[in-house]
Amino acid sequence: MEQSNTSVTALPVQAERLSWRERLSDPEFWINWTAVIALAVLIIIFGIASPAFLSFGNIRAVLVAAALLVILTVGQTFVILTGGIDLSLASTMTWAGVVLGQVVAHGGPIGLACLSAIVAGLLVGLINGLLVAWGRIPDFIATLGTLSAASGAALIFSNGEPVTLVSTFLLQLATGSLGPLPYFVLIALLVVLLGHFLLFYTRFGTHLLATGGDAEAARAMGIRTAGIKLAAYLLAGGLAGLAAILFTARIGAAEPAVDTSYLLNSVAAVVLGGVSLFGGRGTIAGPAAGALLLTVLVNGLTLLGLSQFYQPVVVGLAVVLAALLVRYWR
Amino acid sequence: MSPTEFERVFSAPQTPESSPTPGAPPGSGVPGPAEVLLLVERVSKHFGAIVALHEVTLWARRGEITAIVGDNGAGKSTLIKCISGLHSPSSGRLFFEGKEVHFASPQEARQAGIETVYQNLAMIEDLTVWQNLFLNRERVKRLGPLAILDRRTMRREALRMLRQFEVHLPSIHARLRQLSGGQRQAIAIARAASWGSRLLIMDEPTAALGVRETRRVEELILRLRDQGLAILLISHNFEQVLRLSQQVWVMRSGRVVGGRRTNETTSDELVAMITGVKSDE
Repeated sequence: MEQSNTSVTALPVQAERLSWRERLSDPEFWINWTAVIALAVLIIIFGIASPAFLSFGNIRAVLVAAALLVILTVGQTFVILTGGIDLSLASTMTWAGVVLGQVVAHGGPIGLACLSAIVAGLLVGLINGLLVAWGRIPDFIATLGTLSAASGAALIFSNGEPVTLVSTFLLQLATGSLGPLPYFVLIALLVVLLGHFLLFYTRFGTHLLATGGDAEAARAMGIRTAGIKLAAYLLAGGLAGLAAILFTARIGAAEPAVDTSYLLNSVAAVVLGGVSLFGGRGTIAGPAAGALLLTVLVNGLTLLGLSQFYQPVVVGLAVVLAALLVRYWR
Repeated sequence: MSPTEFERVFSAPQTPESSPTPGAPPGSGVPGPAEVLLLVERVSKHFGAIVALHEVTLWARRGEITAIVGDNGAGKSTLIKCISGLHSPSSGRLFFEGKEVHFASPQEARQAGIETVYQNLAMIEDLTVWQNLFLNRERVKRLGPLAILDRRTMRREALRMLRQFEVHLPSIHARLRQLSGGQRQAIAIARAASWGSRLLIMDEPTAALGVRETRRVEELILRLRDQGLAILLISHNFEQVLRLSQQVWVMRSGRVVGGRRTNETTSDELVAMITGVKSDE
């Protein structure tokens, strides 16, 4: 506590922002930018190793493939910033996709189906939030429960059968673009920008960081931490619903089987993005870059002809390495 | 002084001059009603069968530093929690600025003008100085359901707040974890003093600080008093109490065992009262 007796007697308080040198010497800066720097390095390596990597078609494919994970990752980031974790994210996406499929299968319009998917996602978020914030159940256990329940509900609702979706709207969504930007990429970009805005430019964002940083102190200042946690889970659930729309649009069917790699990768992207798993510090851009990094990694290794059996191993190594770096820096 | 006598003093017609009431017991210096900012009257607090406070009566004058001393478990913390709205008393009454008050939450006490600097400071390490100063009092512009931060105004006012109290910091953009214990304490105190508060409660403000930082924080506390704020100071440090305060209350096992004007007492007398060798009762 007494490390800086000298700085107490320093200049009166300054209005200026910290200088670039001060900012670069702050480990936090490097932790936040790990994913971006690693992404740049990977792009250079893959670009040299495989000419096809930097082709317009491949870049577009990578971005479209990354969009889904980016959206889920933003949701996961909000939850992890409160000091929690949402293990139900991938199951929620599947469950919301099944709801979408069932509405269409029963003759509902596609607009209603998409809305239902988001409501279905919000519903799981609501349950998670109530369990964690008011039920005082640890996040890990509460969302483990909803992980199982949501994937079960998806199977019950669909009778275990995938529903093929013939919809020009979904087809357009999956293949169309606005100028050079595919809709998928556009949506993911919007989610990232709005997430960033929400976290750093609104009162809610400050209270979210305060809740994750020190819940007791936040409560002492009158912040309703239970409400903040609930909102974070709602956000994650809603974004899982949105991701479900994109997911069903891409594969052209509502699939009741859960792809757990989305859950693991969303957590991995958050870690790569420099967000503290204890909550309270991190960014939105970092985890989004982390999600992009994981997608680029898989894409590049595929182009280089590495068997896809090795890919999870490489992803795992990357995540553990990032966590070690962060630990060393802090 | 007995509670009945106290009631008599306070129900007496107000005199224009705020001199101590004639006939008050020597030493305890019962003040006139106009002088008293906070009055705690026969407050008790029970937790089940445990009596944490028993008929505590004490007061804090306007523009003064009032100290409460006592051993661990004497009831100091319970008392300030009753005053700051964290606990509600089992019996007894609180008067603030001449009116009886009941605080159901710290928020209500804060609105009345009573701010507390908790021992853990209630600040967020990962947020910046200005964000902590405005925590849950953010200046915002409304946009539909969203409350958008007015960062420019908050930064400007943060700077003004810190300069007003002559708090020295590298930058208001620094994160709290980059600052020393004394700097954090100064920020917590400046925050509490900045919101139109009339009474500042401080729980061991220098317990975790070194000699030099302690001196800085003490200077800040004196500046606040000179700017007209009343301060209720909980401290283990007799030297500090004698240096800063004008009035001292001594607590032992949930009771007030004595009150003194600081310039009429000594460290030895306070120790004697705390340990039970001597008491007013």
